Amino acid sequence: MGTQTNVRKMIHDNIVSNKNWFDKMVPKILFLAALVSVITTLGIVATLIFDTVKFFQMVSFSEVFSTELAPLRAQNPTFGILPLINGTVFSSLIAMAVAGPVGLTAAIYLSQFASERVRNFLKPIMEILAGIPTIVYGFFAYSFVTPLLMKVIPGLGAKNVLSPGLVMGVMIIPIVASLSEDAMNSVPKTISEAALGLGSTRFEVAIKVVLPAAISGIMASFVLGISRAIGETMIVTIASGSSKAFTFDITQSMQTMTSYIVEFTSGDAGTGTAGYYSLYAVGLILLLFTLVMNLIAQYISHRFREEY
Amino acid sequence: MENQMKAVISHSAGTHSQKDRHFTTNRKKIIQRVRWNNFFRRLFSLSTVFAIGALVILLFQVWTDSVGWLNPGFLTRNLSIFPEKAGIYGAILGTVYLMLVVIPVTILLGVATAIYLEEYAQKGSIASFIRTNITNLASVPSVIFGLLGLAVFGRLLNLGSSILAGGLTLSLLVLPIVVVAAQEALRAVPGFLREGSYAMGASKWTTIWRVVLPVALPGILTGGILAVSRAIGETAPLVVLGIPTLIMRIPKSLSDDFTALPIQIYYWTLDTVLTKEYANLAAATIVVLLIVLFMMNSVAIVIRNKYQRRF
Repeated sequence: MGTQTNVRKMIHDNIVSNKNWFDKMVPKILFLAALVSVITTLGIVATLIFDTVKFFQMVSFSEVFSTELAPLRAQNPTFGILPLINGTVFSSLIAMAVAGPVGLTAAIYLSQFASERVRNFLKPIMEILAGIPTIVYGFFAYSFVTPLLMKVIPGLGAKNVLSPGLVMGVMIIPIVASLSEDAMNSVPKTISEAALGLGSTRFEVAIKVVLPAAISGIMASFVLGISRAIGETMIVTIASGSSKAFTFDITQSMQTMTSYIVEFTSGDAGTGTAGYYSLYAVGLILLLFTLVMNLIAQYISHRFREEY
Repeated sequence: MENQMKAVISHSAGTHSQKDRHFTTNRKKIIQRVRWNNFFRRLFSLSTVFAIGALVILLFQVWTDSVGWLNPGFLTRNLSIFPEKAGIYGAILGTVYLMLVVIPVTILLGVATAIYLEEYAQKGSIASFIRTNITNLASVPSVIFGLLGLAVFGRLLNLGSSILAGGLTLSLLVLPIVVVAAQEALRAVPGFLREGSYAMGASKWTTIWRVVLPVALPGILTGGILAVSRAIGETAPLVVLGIPTLIMRIPKSLSDDFTALPIQIYYWTLDTVLTKEYANLAAATIVVLLIVLFMMNSVAIVIRNKYQRRF
């Protein structure tokens, strides 16, 4: 013990005495590199707040929280954000209606039922699913899922919120599944094996023992899935269109906050107009939405974690 | 529990026929429970089948749409409004140029950040602040990075919608991936290698540069490749930067406007309303994009399995 600490001290002294100017500079340079990520965050927050303030100087607060959104109208454009929030909430809910149950039950299957061989086959496929760019899912939603749904649902619009919602759900399955599976795998084997030893079936162990013990991680995975759905851009931009009507009809086009940003930047929003600044106001609200979701997820996984 | 015990005792004390009946009802219950177990096992396995099915249908659909359109000419021609004459040469070049910006910037910044956090930073407030910051940055929607790029690179630094602006925006977006992967790789380097190096009289930086980094390199490379493949498929930030819809020129320098594979997919998909064949062009471009991503991921897996040393 004593010799070990002596050696460590010798090493330390050696490091200190051997420092030349280059070795002294290195940590400072590396620190500057590490600052880039901090500056990026500050930059994001600063640009969003800076331009949002300008936006609210042009547009009244009450107008923003209205249901009328017509930013491109030549005369008297209006900037009600409620249709966008509505579209975001609906598309995310549809996505979670798919990703929640499918992701969770897939996680239960992978962690409780599947053999090693099956798992080794399934997990890479989940990884492939997670690695496909969202633009590809967007193309899939628009050119395959929507025409397919049109045959089943007669009144479905060519642009609607249902199809991208479903496809977004497929995209989020791997996220929910892998995070939930991690949570269930971290439940000690001793507990589930004790239940099996008492004569429970695997299903009973999964539902009555593992699920309650892993519930914090599972809930966190759902919240992170929602956060991902809220921030998802290309699928909804392509397949949900840009209708700014305030509607609850999921067979029709709805615009989300993300696709509003895309539509407006690819259009001719000149710098200095209320339309240009509205981008940043929507961006700020979007950032707050995802930030709140992530904080909730962190809170859940810390607050309700079962320690073993 | 107590009641159950009493029931069992009373049963065992009862007549022979009572015992039998107890046995058969219990047996029925067990069979029922096993049936439920098998039912739910199949039901839950269907969820994974659903995910695989979605993947297969997606790939099949894209492939059938692209058949006949994906040919050497498609790869070497430039854009055109006529579907038969259109090619993605410019988009491929655009993506390559983008990566020429993204790869050095993210690898340098990411590895430097990771070395600072793992090797130099004291266990204190600044380091943990940077760590929290990186975790949160990783969950910011990509479209918001587009807004940052538009405001800072596009307008403030006056880079417009050039390759440089797009590349820097994407670099910031994937930076957290590289940092986290490099941190893990550095953490996996065992302490005895460092101490051996110190004992030989090497300074801290020499130890990191000559001993730690070479051992951590496969892990860093794997993370870097995954980050770059994420950047290749990103669309939203580039669209937000305001890349023009149809540009016919081939980019020549980093300050030129450009198009890239995902952007081309986006515009062709949107314009299928005008020209039906654009859907085929989009599908063919997707096939090219997916093949590139697949090859990059394979390389990452090979590096991970072959060169990663375990201690």
